[in-house]
Amino acid sequence: MSVVNDFTIQVATVNGSGSNTANLVLLRSIFQMGVPVSGKNLFPSNIAGLPTWFTIRANHRGYIARKKEIDLLVAMNAETAREDVLSLEPGCTVVYDEPLKLSALRDDLAFFPVPYDKIVAEVCPDAKLRKLVKNMIYDGVLAFLLSIDLAEMEKALDKQLGKKPKAMALNWGALQAGHKYASEHFKPSEKYKVERLNKTAGKILVEGNAAAAMGCLFGGVTVVAWYPITPSSSLPETVISYLRKYRMDPKTGKATFAVVQAEDEIAAIGMVIGASWAGGRAMTSTSGPGVSLMSEFSGLAYYAEVPAVVFNVQRVGPSTGLPTRTAQADILSTAVNSHGDTKHPLLLPGSVEECYEMAMASFDLSERLQTIVYVMSDLDLGMNMWMSNAFTYPTKAIDRGKVLDEAKVRELGASWGRYKDVDGDGIPWRSLPDTKAPAYFTRGSGHNEMAAYSERPEDYKNNLDRLARKFETAKSLVPQPVVDVVTGAKVGIIGYGSSDFAIQESRDQLREQHGLTTSYLRLRAYPFTAELDDFIRRHERVYLVEQNRDAQMLSLILIDGDRTESAKIRSVLHYSGMPIDARSVTDGILAKERA
Amino acid sequence: MSDAPATPAKKTNRIGLELAQYRGSKTTLCAGCGHNAITERIIDAFYEMGVDAKKVIKLSGIGCSSKSPAYFMSQAHGFNSVHGRMPSVATGALLANKTMLAIGVSGDGDTGAIGAGQFMHTMRRNLPLIYIVEDNGCYGLTKGQFSPTADQGSKAKNGVVNELPPLDLCALAIELGATFVARSFSGDKKQLLSVLKAAIAHKGTALIDVISPCVTFNDHEGSTKSYAYVKDHDDILGEVTFIPYFEDLTVDYEAGGTTNVKMHDGSHLYLRKIAEDYNPSDKMAALKLLHETALRGEFATGVFYVQPDAEDFLTSLNTVDTPLAFLTQDQVRPPKAVLDQLMEGLK
Repeated sequence: MSVVNDFTIQVATVNGSGSNTANLVLLRSIFQMGVPVSGKNLFPSNIAGLPTWFTIRANHRGYIARKKEIDLLVAMNAETAREDVLSLEPGCTVVYDEPLKLSALRDDLAFFPVPYDKIVAEVCPDAKLRKLVKNMIYDGVLAFLLSIDLAEMEKALDKQLGKKPKAMALNWGALQAGHKYASEHFKPSEKYKVERLNKTAGKILVEGNAAAAMGCLFGGVTVVAWYPITPSSSLPETVISYLRKYRMDPKTGKATFAVVQAEDEIAAIGMVIGASWAGGRAMTSTSGPGVSLMSEFSGLAYYAEVPAVVFNVQRVGPSTGLPTRTAQADILSTAVNSHGDTKHPLLLPGSVEECYEMAMASFDLSERLQTIVYVMSDLDLGMNMWMSNAFTYPTKAIDRGKVLDEAKVRELGASWGRYKDVDGDGIPWRSLPDTKAPAYFTRGSGHNEMAAYSERPEDYKNNLDRLARKFETAKSLVPQPVVDVVTGAKVGIIGYGSSDFAIQESRDQLREQHGLTTSYLRLRAYPFTAELDDFIRRHERVYLVEQNRDAQMLSLILIDGDRTESAKIRSVLHYSGMPIDARSVTDGILAKERA
Repeated sequence: MSDAPATPAKKTNRIGLELAQYRGSKTTLCAGCGHNAITERIIDAFYEMGVDAKKVIKLSGIGCSSKSPAYFMSQAHGFNSVHGRMPSVATGALLANKTMLAIGVSGDGDTGAIGAGQFMHTMRRNLPLIYIVEDNGCYGLTKGQFSPTADQGSKAKNGVVNELPPLDLCALAIELGATFVARSFSGDKKQLLSVLKAAIAHKGTALIDVISPCVTFNDHEGSTKSYAYVKDHDDILGEVTFIPYFEDLTVDYEAGGTTNVKMHDGSHLYLRKIAEDYNPSDKMAALKLLHETALRGEFATGVFYVQPDAEDFLTSLNTVDTPLAFLTQDQVRPPKAVLDQLMEGLK
C-alpha cells in the first residue's frame, strides 16, 4: 500500500556538519508542492560533534505536531546509525551512507545505500567543502525516491542560497548528482510519495522566535536588553536584525531603538524596568534560568507597577537541565516569580501566529496594566519550523496605557497620586520624566497612594488589595481562551501553548479511532477567565494536557479557579523533553478513561 | 512714598530657581550621617549649576545611601530600585530618554559587594551617569557588618577586625573605563561641591567615591572610616576648582602647578598641585597615585582621572534625537508593506 503525503523523514547527522540547508530545502520543497509540513530539529547542547536529528513531517490533513514514528531514515551519522536503524518499525525506508553497511542489520526494511564520498568527490573539487555539500546529495536521492519535483528543490535551494551564486551552483550540482545516482540505481519508492496538493497556498514557514521578533517590531519596541541563552537567543537576535533593517529613521539614518546585550539576566530585566519607567517600550527574552535570576526585579515591577515584557522560551529544567529540549515547566514559577504576594499575567501562545500576535499584545497589556507580562513560549514553538497562516497587520493602535498628559494633569490637579485608583479598575495613572506631569518617587519599599514611603499597615493593605483588583481587571484585557464545545461531549480537554497541534490531532484520533467525542478549551492567558470554570462545569470528565511533571497549570487553576469544580480535572503529562505528539495525548486520555 | 522696607529679592540661580526648590523630603538617616552632608552638596551643586530638576532622574539601589535620592530634588523623578542594581535601571532609563541627566546614588555594599557586576559593566560602557558611592565601609541598615571597602585591620563596633583587603572603587573604575573618577569626603564641603559640579558638566560615567562616616556603626576608635581617622588621613591632592561654562571667571593659578581640564560642555576644571607633572588623563598615573597613597595608609581625595571627550554609551547607540520614550506610532510601527515583504520571504 502506498502512502501519499503522510510520512515522517528523520535525518540523523552529526551536529555542525552543515545539514541545515539540506534539511530546509527538503522541508520547503514539499511545502512548495502544497503539502503541509513541519520541521523539528532535535539537537544536542554542543557546537559540533554530537548526534543531531532533523525530523520532517508531511501530512495531507495538515497535522503539524510531532509524530513519534519514523517512516524514512536518512542515516548520515556513523555513531548512531545502528541504533537509529534498530529502533525503526518494520517496513520503513532507510537511505544510508554505503560504507555503514546498515542493510545487514535487518531484513524487514527497505535499504538504499548511497556512496556519498564518491559522488561528492566528483561534483566538489574543493575537499574542504565536501563535508558541507555532501548533505545535498540525500536531498537529490529523496527527491527521486519520493517523486519530489526537482524544480521545487531548486527553488527552495535558491531561497536558502540564492544570494551566494557560487554556493548555489555547488550545492545544486550535488543535489542533482544525488538525484542522478538514485535514478540509475534505484526505483522510486513504492511506499512513500509526495503528490501535489493545494494546502499550503498563502501559508508561511517560520520559527516561533522569529514570529515573536516580528511581533516586537510591529509592537513598537524601543528598548531591547538581553543576555544569550538557549533556546531564547534567536528571538532577540532576530528582533535586532529586523530593527536594524526596518527601524532606522529614513531622514537621519538614526535608530528608533536601543539594544544592549547585558552582563546577565538581572541587568537585562533591570534595564527593561528602567526603560519602561522612563517611557520606553522595552523587552527582554530568556529561558528558565534567566527567569529565576529575574525574580527579585519581577517583584519590583509588580509592586512599584512598572511595565516590562519578558519572553520565557521554556526549556527543560531544573538547573541547567536539558538546554536544547522543550518543556512547559516554568508555568508556576513564572506566574508567581518573586517573593511576597506577587503574580504576573502570562500569555500562552499556541502557534507561531500567536507568538507574533501575543508579542505585539504583550507591550500594550504591560503598559496598560503597568506590570510585568511574561510571554510563555517554549523551545518547540520558538526554534522549530512551523507552517502557519500569513500574519496580519495590526489594526489596533498602540496603547501606551494610563500616562499623564497635560489634559489629565489639569483634570486630576493636585489630587493626583501615583498609586491612587481613580477609575475603579485598580490601575493608577503614572507620570513620565521629562514631561509637564508632576514627578514621584518610585520604590519597592512600602508606599502610600501618594508614592510616599509608608510602613502603615492600612497603606500596605490598601495597596495590595488594589493590586489584586488590578489583576481582576487583567481578566478583561488578556486573550480569552479558544473554546470548542461539542454538543453531547462528556469529555473536555484543556491545553495550552505548543501542545495545541498534538491535542487537535489527538481529538481526531479519539473520535475516529476510539469513538470518543471531546470538547476542547485552549488557555491563552493567566489570569484565567470565566470561560474556564464554565468549561470545567459543563463536562463530566476533564483532562488537562501539560508538558511538565507536576501538573503546574492545574496547580495554578486550583489556586485561582473554582476549586470544587477543578477537583475533577485529571492530568495528562508529557515531560521527556521531546515535543508532545498526538499519540501520547490519546494514550494518556484513554488510559484514564478506562481506569 | 511708602516707607515700608523693600523685601529683599530672593536669591535665585541662573534659571531663576531658589535653593529650596532643589530640596527633597526630610531625611530619615541618623543625625550626623555623612550621607546627609552629601545630599546637601548635591542640592548645592545642582542649584549652582542651574540644572532644571525636570531634566534630572535620580536612581539608587538599597541601603542607607540609596534612601537619599528622596531627600533632594523632589521635582525630579526618582527610583529606589533593588540592591546592587541601580546601574541597570539607570541604563534602561537613559536608553528610553537620553536627554536626561542621571544621578545614581549607591553605597559601598550596594556597589562593591552585591552590585560589583553591574558597577563594572556600567563603568565599561561609559554610560553618562553621575555615580556616587556614599562609602562608610559598613552596612548601616543591617547594623554595621563590614562592606568590601572596609580596610584590612579596621575594627567594627563589636570589636571584630576586618581581615580582608578592601576594594578600591576608584582604581577599579579607572581600570574599567569610567571617564571621570574622583574621591572626596562628606566633610569637605568645598572639594565635594567642586567635584559634583564637574561631574554634572561631564558627559560619561563619573564615579565619585565619597567617604561618608557612619556615625552609628563605624565612627569609633579603630575604624578607618571614622570622622577622626578620615580627617587625619585624608591626603588632599590639591584644590579642585570648577568654573562652569556660564561663569565668566578666570582663575589665577601658578603655571606648572595646576592642570586645566576643559570639560565637554566648555566648563573648566582646575586641579592644583596633585604632583609636579600629573596628567589626569593618564590612567597609569592615576592608578599609581591611588596605589601609593593606599600603601601609606592614607587615601587620596580629588579628581584622579578625567577623559572629557571619550564617546559615551548613548552617543554610540546613534539613536534619533527625540527620546525613544516619546516616539510616535508612525515612528515605531513599520508600514504594512514591511510585513508583506517579510511574509513573502517566508512563503
